[in-house]
Amino acid sequence: MRHENSSIKLCAIQKKFGSNQVLRGIDLDIPAGDVTILMGANGAGKSTLVRIICGVHAADFVSMTLSGVDFTPQNPADALKAGVVTVHQNINDGVVPDLDVASNLMLDMLADPRSPALLWPSKIKKDAQKSADHLGLKLDMAAPVHSLSLADKQLVAITRAMSHEPKLLILDEPTSSLSLSETQRLFHLLDMLKNRGVAILYISHSMSDIKRMADRIGSMRDGEISGVFEGKDLDYNGAVNAMLGRKISDVKIGITDAGEAVLTLNDIQLLAESKPFCLSAHKNEIIAIVGLVGVGKSLLASILFGQAIQYAGDIFLNGKEYAPKNTRSAIRKDVFLCSKDRGINGIIPEFNIDHNISLPFLSQLSKFGFINRKMERKLTTDLIDNMEIICQSGKDNIGRLSGGNQQKVMVARWLGRDSDLLILDEPFQGVDIAARRDISDKLRETAKDRATIIFVTELDEAFEIADRILVMTDHTLVGEHKNISVDADLILAQILGTNMDNNSQPHAIIQLNKGLICDEC
Amino acid sequence: MNASLKKDKMKLFAIRYGFLTLLAGLVLFFGFSAPSFATPFSAVFIFQSVAITGILALGVTATLIVDGFDLSIGSIATSSLMLSAYVMVVLDQNAFVAVAACLAMGAFIGLINGFLIVYMRVPDLLATLGMMFLLIGLQRIPTEGRSIAQGMTLPSGETATGVFSKTFLSIGRHKFDFFIENLIPFSVIIFVVIALVIWLYFEFTRYGRVMYAIGSNERAAGLAGVPVHKYKIVAYMISGVLASVGGILLAARLGRGDIASGNNLLLDSVAAALIGFAVLGAAKPNAFGTAIGALFVGILLQGMTMMNAPYYTQDFVKGAVLVVALVFTFSLSNKR
Repeated sequence: MRHENSSIKLCAIQKKFGSNQVLRGIDLDIPAGDVTILMGANGAGKSTLVRIICGVHAADFVSMTLSGVDFTPQNPADALKAGVVTVHQNINDGVVPDLDVASNLMLDMLADPRSPALLWPSKIKKDAQKSADHLGLKLDMAAPVHSLSLADKQLVAITRAMSHEPKLLILDEPTSSLSLSETQRLFHLLDMLKNRGVAILYISHSMSDIKRMADRIGSMRDGEISGVFEGKDLDYNGAVNAMLGRKISDVKIGITDAGEAVLTLNDIQLLAESKPFCLSAHKNEIIAIVGLVGVGKSLLASILFGQAIQYAGDIFLNGKEYAPKNTRSAIRKDVFLCSKDRGINGIIPEFNIDHNISLPFLSQLSKFGFINRKMERKLTTDLIDNMEIICQSGKDNIGRLSGGNQQKVMVARWLGRDSDLLILDEPFQGVDIAARRDISDKLRETAKDRATIIFVTELDEAFEIADRILVMTDHTLVGEHKNISVDADLILAQILGTNMDNNSQPHAIIQLNKGLICDEC
Repeated sequence: MNASLKKDKMKLFAIRYGFLTLLAGLVLFFGFSAPSFATPFSAVFIFQSVAITGILALGVTATLIVDGFDLSIGSIATSSLMLSAYVMVVLDQNAFVAVAACLAMGAFIGLINGFLIVYMRVPDLLATLGMMFLLIGLQRIPTEGRSIAQGMTLPSGETATGVFSKTFLSIGRHKFDFFIENLIPFSVIIFVVIALVIWLYFEFTRYGRVMYAIGSNERAAGLAGVPVHKYKIVAYMISGVLASVGGILLAARLGRGDIASGNNLLLDSVAAALIGFAVLGAAKPNAFGTAIGALFVGILLQGMTMMNAPYYTQDFVKGAVLVVALVFTFSLSNKR
């Protein structure tokens, strides 16, 4: 708090992409000498906010002050000059792998047009050593950066950034690819910077990182700051709560009776070091598996879709052993996956809506290899009508649609044929609330003859659609809840993995583990 | 508002029909200024001159569609030229064996290219560049660097006894009657048929659709159940086979295994495929555009020759056309 004057204040930042209001007025202080954690589910707007602060995007409405001075960066160079330094999630973006450590540390000097054209390697090395010593970085200055570990690369990137005497350091999930000891070294460096009065904005999903580093926590949700937590005893539960939003929504869902079992997982172990679990999914049932980012939800989805193999345990589909070799064989067995991150994993950008929908089932629509366009058109127009996709016609380019409508196209793609098991990984990512309701309704309407599993981070979404809610932490299932009169506090505790150090809960949870989840095994 | 709408419409028209309009204008211009241009024989000559590059360009299109690239097509064509000559002249085999050997070689080289790119993860440009050098060297080894002609002396000292079979030569030289006697060359028919097949394949079959999906977003295509690796290899095999067909036609036209021929094949066919992006505002590789692109270059060169433009201006004109076409594609349309 000694460095009050170098804090950054964000006021009423708004940003729209097309019709999608990503930021609805962000107010946040990032005081100097503190680590402010920014928490938020995927699509909450964290990365957009960061891009605005570091000058990549221009906000629609913005008022920022840095050390009391008005701060409106037009581009990343502006932000850097003003003292805002960003370390991106992808570590390799921050370093030049083929140059040695010294050149990397001095890169900004080398790139500066005002620098002399002739450079003495020994001088570069000396200057680099100086800035390394300054932060206690102990590395061989002549080593090429590509030979370094991820953590060392990151430390190089940060050390280089520090030569700008930053006022604000932004770290976007810096530990996501680091080992435990590497993480410790990073934290050590951050502690040092903090003591020098640098304001640090730290984006993370990892509770252990957050508990180690946080001085303050800002929770973000749907483009707003949904809670700021500070003080000596930080309210971690409150912060996660604010980020996930667990108010039981007004959507009435009638819990349906589950039919026969379609999918059964017997003592599945996702990773060597994770605990085994069981799971069964039934016809006419929608299961939501909730958990934070990186706890194994996507891994489980990709195992079921033939893209990965479990460490141990057996999977049965309709009573028969199920071990799909690849995506194709999973689809042949009527197991479909609507992947997360539709921009990367789903959309064919050069195709129109029709062609995007029909892609997986073209062989059913063709004779001797030739596509029956009439049949294709019928299938896609029906699905477009059914999903209420807002477009002029199926010939519209998919890129013109809003996020919600694009997602509807992705879901429609997998409703084109009846499935035994439909998996949806984060189907509500970047989807507005109206489209989210539409998608939920359609999934519910069509759920009768298949089992449906949905992986979500936000609790609201699970409450809106699921018959059963399962909680995943550390690559295993830790809780099961029927979606009637749910104990949201208990779910939250399970998501956070705090159940084990809470004396009143563990028995109940262990029983849940043995009793409800494993009803088939 | 109205004016800007009109401007938009004009821009749309320029993107869609600009290149075809240019082509029509070119034909009219040459037709009026060089009287011999607007005759059936001249038209046929143009077709004949673009047949080989056109066929290779269709192969380039196939690899471009899966977001790949094949630099080895020129050398596959010359290898096929040498192989057919070798099979007939040195090994004394008939036309059928020669053609089959060439097609098999083309498919095999395409398979290797695909394998290197898909499974060995060599970047497409580098893999096919390597293959290009390999083939340029390989095709010279059997004859110790000499061209193959009937009655040549073999490295062993003997004289080659085989001959280019009449049937084989007719692939490149025979002309069918069509209203006028001896009008349409066989090679033109082969080009038109191949262009039609490739067009049908990419526009109307699910295989073509899926290959476009791979080129647009490989990951998403894979997650929709598309066997991405298989289709990418198929694209390089199509490219290899078509290049070998080009080589067969060249051999049949020349009547000898000339190591120096076919130097321009790679650049000309790549240019035709890229010009094809601009046709009908497709902004993507497509078979129809590629055929038109090849034709465009052919008409331009033939017209200029008839107007007595010197031969050494040809490459410059080809380059200029390519640049203009790329501007049509990338600057006027908003894609990319």
